[in-house]
Amino acid sequence: MTENNEAVIEMRGVCTRFDSFVVHENLDLSVRRGEILALVGGSGSGKTTLMHEMIMLRRPSSGSVRLFGEEIVTAPHAVQERLRQRFGVLFQQGALFSALNVLQNVSVPLREHTGFDHALIEQIALLKIRQAGLPAEAALKFPSELSGGMIKRAALARAMALDPQLLFLDEPTAGLDPASASAFDELVLLLKQWLGLTIVMVTHDLDSLWQVADRVAVLGERRVVAIAPMAELAKIDHPSVRVYFEGPRARAAKPQ
Amino acid sequence: MQSPNSPAEFSLHADRIQCRGQWTVDALSAAAKALAHLHWSDGNDVLLDASEVTALDTAGAWLLQRIRLQLEAQGRQVSVEGLSEHFADLYARVVELGMTEPPQEPRLGRLATMGRGVVEGMEELYSFLSFVGEVAARMLTLFLRPWRIRWNSIWVDLHASGATALGIVGLLSFLMGVVMAYQGAVQLRAFGANIYIADLVGLAMTRELGPLLAAIIVAGRTGSAYAAQIGTMKVTEEVSALRTVGIDPLDLLVIPKVLALCIALPLLAVYSDIMGVFGGMVLAKANMGLSFAVFADRLQEAVTMKSFLLGISKAPVFALIISLVGCFQGFRVEGSAASVGHHTTLAVVQSIFLVIVADAQFSVIFSWLGI
Repeated sequence: MTENNEAVIEMRGVCTRFDSFVVHENLDLSVRRGEILALVGGSGSGKTTLMHEMIMLRRPSSGSVRLFGEEIVTAPHAVQERLRQRFGVLFQQGALFSALNVLQNVSVPLREHTGFDHALIEQIALLKIRQAGLPAEAALKFPSELSGGMIKRAALARAMALDPQLLFLDEPTAGLDPASASAFDELVLLLKQWLGLTIVMVTHDLDSLWQVADRVAVLGERRVVAIAPMAELAKIDHPSVRVYFEGPRARAAKPQ
Repeated sequence: MQSPNSPAEFSLHADRIQCRGQWTVDALSAAAKALAHLHWSDGNDVLLDASEVTALDTAGAWLLQRIRLQLEAQGRQVSVEGLSEHFADLYARVVELGMTEPPQEPRLGRLATMGRGVVEGMEELYSFLSFVGEVAARMLTLFLRPWRIRWNSIWVDLHASGATALGIVGLLSFLMGVVMAYQGAVQLRAFGANIYIADLVGLAMTRELGPLLAAIIVAGRTGSAYAAQIGTMKVTEEVSALRTVGIDPLDLLVIPKVLALCIALPLLAVYSDIMGVFGGMVLAKANMGLSFAVFADRLQEAVTMKSFLLGISKAPVFALIISLVGCFQGFRVEGSAASVGHHTTLAVVQSIFLVIVADAQFSVIFSWLGI
């Protein structure tokens, strides 16, 4: 195993095609250990597709994707299964299992992949629920009884159940009120600080881009047009990048 | 010397517990098992020495805390030492979060569970009756203003519940006719009464099995579809959206379905009658040497218009039961995907049950009236 200490994810020459429609062409991207990388880009620029290729939900048409230094595009099933335990995913709508309550939802990965007894699993699951900022009473609620912000937190608790080193967040603050959204941003920063996580997030939230992301990768024209911290992106003159700095919303979000 | 990747373990010394290895979720199961059956040596205060822990995550930190809690429960003083600064932060955080007990689900006694079941059953019956009443009232007002009926939806539902069901209803009825004729043939041949196969298949299909078979297939096919469609629309708040734009969900979702099925099911029943009798004819020719002409001749004498109409008259009632139960269960869905599945199942089970009960009642009433 050749574990590169710098890059947790390394994508080289990735192409993605839906029939004749080309989404990515020769796309290169690497995610460094311990950073929060934000993926941005207009609708249809293939952010979610790119993320699905990183988490092995979709296979790129060609190119190479390395996760923790291991090639995943051609990896055998067993290797993929092992790698899947090393990252957690927060889906846009939470994707909590609706037949299970929050505690059971968070317990699912622990039950599948550890040999712990029932009591220990429940205690760890509860710990994760509290870590995600939910009160203990929420543990017995079903997803249909939760508010949008609580669903995101519960889903985050499930994504973190196996203490992954790598976390994927798909639009973590979409659909949240401003107070919940900034609370969620703070939570992400705290978790990164405690657990030394590497985080890849797809987001449109300008505040998150300024407050949370270490680097921002802008997708456009079927590739990554720019990747840099927000402050440096401001100097880049490219239409796909400028939209994040011009216009009333961008100006309002920019820290003075 | 130990490799830094060895699994988590701990060993007991006189007044100290030495923790070693990787205290992370994937390397923790042996230590978690060891904790369960462990006898602590005598002595009062214990030092948890974590200086040889090479990696720590939340699960590992919690296990460390479990050891500590277990010791403190025996009245000892426990101190944790040797954690590196980063691990100590994480451990302190886990200690703080881990103070809460898991909440307990309230448990009901057997009697209370039974009582709740009865109350819920009564409540469901009550709301079904109110639903039927509401639909009936709404339908009356619509019949006074027929231009407000959504004919488009009716056409769509007619196609979905009627035309597309022809294949499966036809096939199953044909097979039913074949099976019945086959069973009958064995008995009738013993009496040399081959010709009566037309009476057997003709009467059984038209009076009972044709409409019943069509109703059961439609309940499984269409009743479930109604429940799932309305249920999913409730989950995605489409039903609420309809209300806010001023469309009564009953007008758009329920009444066209009820009307469409009331038209489609009698037609399917006729089709089922025909295919069933045809199945009997085919078997009579193949197995008993009765030609189609002879069979058809006998059929005209055996099956009167009255028997045929009695059978078909049940179909609209079955259609009402299936469509109303399907739509009602759709509206009962609350919140989640699991609930959609639950109520779809209920829709099929309840409508088939009620169809058979209704069929039995028809038999009683018909024999009471002497027809």
